[in-house]
Amino acid sequence: MKNLAELHIGQEATIDSFSDKELALKLMEMGCLPGEKVHIERKAPFGDPIAIAVSGYLLSLRKQEAESIHVNTVK
Amino acid sequence: MPPTSTHKIRVALVGNPNSGKTTLFNTLTGLNQKVGNFPGITVDKKVGACQISQLASKNKIDTEFIDLPGTYSLYPKSLDESVAFQVLCDPKNEHHPQVNIIIADASNLKRSLCLATQVTDLKTPAILALNMMDLVEQEGITIDIQQIEERLGIPVIPINARKKMGIGNLKQAILKAQEQATPKDFVEIHSIAPKLIDSIRESVHTNSDYAAFQVACNYQAITHFSEKRKQHFQQIVKNNGFIAKRAQATETVRRYKAIDQLLQTCISHPEGEKKQTLTQKLDNVLTHPIGGFAFFLCVLFFIFQAIFSWSAYPMDLIDGFFASLSEYVGNTLPAGAINDLVVDGIIAGLGGIIIFVPQIAFLFAFIAILEDTGYMARVSFITDKLLRGFGLNGRSIIPLLSGAACAIPAVMSARTIANWKERIITIMVVPLMSCAARLPVYTLLISMMIPADQTWFVFNLQGLVMMGFYLIGFLAALAVAWIMKHLLKSKEKSYFVMEMPTYKTPDWSTVGITIIEKVKVFLIDAGKIIIAISIILWVLSSYAPANHFELIEQRYETVENAEAMIAAEKLEASYAGIIGKSIEPVIKPLGFDWKIGISLITSFAAREVFVGTMSTIYSVGDADNSKTIREKLLSEINPETGESFFTPAVGISLMLFYAFAMQCMSTLAIVFRETNGWKWPLIQFFYMSGLAYLASLLAYQLMS
Repeated sequence: MKNLAELHIGQEATIDSFSDKELALKLMEMGCLPGEKVHIERKAPFGDPIAIAVSGYLLSLRKQEAESIHVNTVK
Repeated sequence: MPPTSTHKIRVALVGNPNSGKTTLFNTLTGLNQKVGNFPGITVDKKVGACQISQLASKNKIDTEFIDLPGTYSLYPKSLDESVAFQVLCDPKNEHHPQVNIIIADASNLKRSLCLATQVTDLKTPAILALNMMDLVEQEGITIDIQQIEERLGIPVIPINARKKMGIGNLKQAILKAQEQATPKDFVEIHSIAPKLIDSIRESVHTNSDYAAFQVACNYQAITHFSEKRKQHFQQIVKNNGFIAKRAQATETVRRYKAIDQLLQTCISHPEGEKKQTLTQKLDNVLTHPIGGFAFFLCVLFFIFQAIFSWSAYPMDLIDGFFASLSEYVGNTLPAGAINDLVVDGIIAGLGGIIIFVPQIAFLFAFIAILEDTGYMARVSFITDKLLRGFGLNGRSIIPLLSGAACAIPAVMSARTIANWKERIITIMVVPLMSCAARLPVYTLLISMMIPADQTWFVFNLQGLVMMGFYLIGFLAALAVAWIMKHLLKSKEKSYFVMEMPTYKTPDWSTVGITIIEKVKVFLIDAGKIIIAISIILWVLSSYAPANHFELIEQRYETVENAEAMIAAEKLEASYAGIIGKSIEPVIKPLGFDWKIGISLITSFAAREVFVGTMSTIYSVGDADNSKTIREKLLSEINPETGESFFTPAVGISLMLFYAFAMQCMSTLAIVFRETNGWKWPLIQFFYMSGLAYLASLLAYQLMS
């Protein structure tokens, strides 16, 4: 399974699970729930942080934080 | 005659960041706001008031609003975030409201409903204010408000906080709120931990399952609970095998499921492919590796211009005003100690504070505009990778840059940094940036050491050295930040996770109110300390033990035009002079003598005072006061070597000392205010003094 940081701009995926329990709670409160669709919107100049469209808005997070989100890619 | 207010309604304003909450708070309370402190927490406490007229009876009801910090969820991740939780979930909290107004960005309904329904589940009477309905309409989205009202069991009022639409309806809803039925349960909480919730409900005296659940998860954060009380809750939690984090996760998932169900019934999106929004188009440029940084540099340039050049004009006006005031009062009051105290102590002290107002106003105007438009989030986005290695945040750049003009507004602006550790580090290193007050010192010393026409390749050497010192300040700031990043332990995990709001035009009334509030905070809180210290310093340099001053005046009675020499000897004999002489052994290894020592003491009021003090002290023997300060200093002979005292070694040593030392009482005063205590200003004072001493020592010893 891939994690969010491995996707490139324009890709879509659905959230599967989290590997960092504490960060997971914060992410879920902000609308990143298992089953939720995400879309990689853009990346910062050095590829880090990345901005994703989720639950109707734009959320940015560090590559390291994105690595803790496991996703299923839409084929 | 209509009767005046009978009772007061306490209302809490709660909502996500970027939802327009502050704009709504400003609209409701205008300038009737008071900013204060929550004990032990660095987030400001904002309370305001307004009177609402009842439509029928024309009674005016007093309403008090507390603007709770923007948050995405009631669960606190840090002490600062615990404010909303403490105020809303603990009925015994002094600010516990009777009515909750939840403000939500209608174009962000799904995420907003997480906090909104958490709040309604607390069972306090509540109103949902749906803001930014115009954005929603623009995108062709329709929201069935009645469905939401029915499901939540509370009134839902569409508003436009900026254009001040819907505010009347909101105010009337506040008046009726306490008579309405309690909000409906949105998420079924009880089954997650039935016995636990029942025990805690009894203990905390609440009729809300969710409030009890929240207390079970976060009782440690309730500051007014005694240790005994906390242990009581700890026991209940243990007995029920309750694991807070897991329960919170379960509850959050349930909540969003319920939100999804609700949204299906009440939101409809337009058909067809979505066009690229304005926000997306702007972001293509503003987050672009080249375009983004170029635009950011322009913004920084504007801010710097504003606080460096544009402020100069009003600052000169203020300077002139206080000079005239001093003269007038000095000539009007009878001569003597009171006259001196008022003119040289109090009026000079006041002038020294008010002179900062233009720079503070400009800087905060810019920051409010950048924040309001949503651009600040992009700044954090593009600079995060560069700065996180230094323990800094994208939002640290503006304080750092502003510090090159003046550290006072810079330190105040660090408040925009949410993470405590990053904020403290920013505040600690900002004064290392070479501020405008250091310029007169650098200019004088450079002109003494380097001839004006000397060049290094094509560059004017004087200019190069000046720039060099600016660079040294910046590099030192980065280095100290890096060290502090590793030294400071923070229980708070540093998350970046940040919303990037849609771009909006700034709300000018919010910008205006922000400026006024920040200036007020500075004048009142920092002003007190600055006046106190400046009076102390004035006393030290104007008074001497016993009758030393009279003896000096007697000696010069018959000498003409002796004012400069009298002033010089008096300064030497004053308490400040005595202190300066007593520290001479300590500063000798840096190449300094007691005359410089006195200047170091008086510069504590403001760095540029150095030039004036040196000018006064070196006036001994200069009967007709004809030499410039530069000439006076250069002609000073070192008694031990018989040669010029101010060698390049001394010059560089002194410049390095001024580059690094904490010699600004106003900065310390504002750091005290911003960090709610003397711990950090003292740490700052000592580490910077240490750094200055070491740098000077090394430079002088190596160069001589």
